[in-house]
Amino acid sequence: MSADRPIGGVTDAWENFTEGLWRQNPVFVMMLGICPMLAVTVSAINALAMGVATLLVLVASCALVSALRRFVPREVRIATYIVIIATFVTAVDYAIQAISLRLYEALGAFIQLIVANCMILGRVEAHASKNPVIPSVINAAGMGFGFAIGLFALGSVREVLGAGELFGVSLFGPHFQPWVVMVLPPGGFFVLGGWLLLFALWERRRRNRAEAQLLLAAGRD
Amino acid sequence: MRDAAKTAEPPPEPATPSVAMITTLGLVSALCGLIIVGAYQITLDAVKENQRIATQRAIEKVLSGAARTVAWHALADGSLTPAAPGAQAPSGALTFHAAYDSAGALMGIAAEGAAKGYSDTVRVMFGWSSHCQCVVGLSVVSMRETPGIGDKIITDAEFLANFKALDVQLDADLKGLANEVEAVKHGSKTEPWQVDAIAGATITSRAVARAINDAAGALLPRLVPNLAKIENGP
Repeated sequence: MSADRPIGGVTDAWENFTEGLWRQNPVFVMMLGICPMLAVTVSAINALAMGVATLLVLVASCALVSALRRFVPREVRIATYIVIIATFVTAVDYAIQAISLRLYEALGAFIQLIVANCMILGRVEAHASKNPVIPSVINAAGMGFGFAIGLFALGSVREVLGAGELFGVSLFGPHFQPWVVMVLPPGGFFVLGGWLLLFALWERRRRNRAEAQLLLAAGRD
Repeated sequence: MRDAAKTAEPPPEPATPSVAMITTLGLVSALCGLIIVGAYQITLDAVKENQRIATQRAIEKVLSGAARTVAWHALADGSLTPAAPGAQAPSGALTFHAAYDSAGALMGIAAEGAAKGYSDTVRVMFGWSSHCQCVVGLSVVSMRETPGIGDKIITDAEFLANFKALDVQLDADLKGLANEVEAVKHGSKTEPWQVDAIAGATITSRAVARAINDAAGALLPRLVPNLAKIENGP
């Protein structure tokens, strides 16, 4: 397991970073943190804000947990992790209130609910508690960016279809009839399903091509 | 078989003394406490400023042209006192904002009301003018109603026209509203104290009407008898 051995070199760091970005993307591959994912992705800006908030919490928590990993007894580790995660969620909560009250209103309880995002506790427990600070932060940043990109992919599509806008800018003119269901809760499932379908098709095409190449190579011998 | 069972068993871990666990939890909590208090202190000014700007914007929306606003408390005993900035409201007090024009004359007051809507509490701010004893403007402070349906209360021009002159006169002994503000089915508004509901968003429209009814019904009996006190500022 790559998580257990110390990680060195630029290639390893890049591998470590891209794990969350693509291969283990928390939204599209691991399907973690579905609750905020479906609830706040009604517009691109909300999705992006939620993604960035989660990214900050994830990186900060992983850094602190990793720094403290030798001092925390096994028996109380989960309690410690939750306290640390909750701390950074509270800090981010204040920061969002300071940046924009409108954004804070829009994200509502889902900022506080980042505490319960299983993706974060999972990263802390599976990676940060076993690795030095720098690899943990790199891995957490990759996961966080992966989550933010996933949310943005959902939020932008839902805003375009459900409101005819992107970042609040009208795209189709006044005669566009918004597809309201897309910004309602079921729309989250529709768009997520759409993205998963796209990725599955892409993956299948890639695999078929690889198999075809293998057959070709075998035929030549 | 026995070997496999042996290797699968985790190595016995030395038991951690309770003191170590408590110390760790205590230290981590103390550290986290410091981080939270630090974040709170750093953001406090910006958050307060944001809240002030948000209130200011809502007041300007419901009473356009206001040059200066002053926050007041209407106390439970019926008297009015200017609200000190940053101070807690005394218990039972209702907060409202008096708006003055550039000449210093009272234009009207703005106050908040809240009622349960379709999915969560709908909070609105309304402007009230003493000249017509009526609501002259509405602004939604926060709501979580269905997008495209309930959230029309923010944008629907026909609905907002209800709040250009919504009658909230007090009854003869100044104890309550003469007529209850109520939302009626779309297109059936006949009286000046009725709110013409948005078709398809009756529950949200009703929440707005009830928020105004409750807030005006509580505040105006304290305010109207003392109107002279706020006429020229604190």
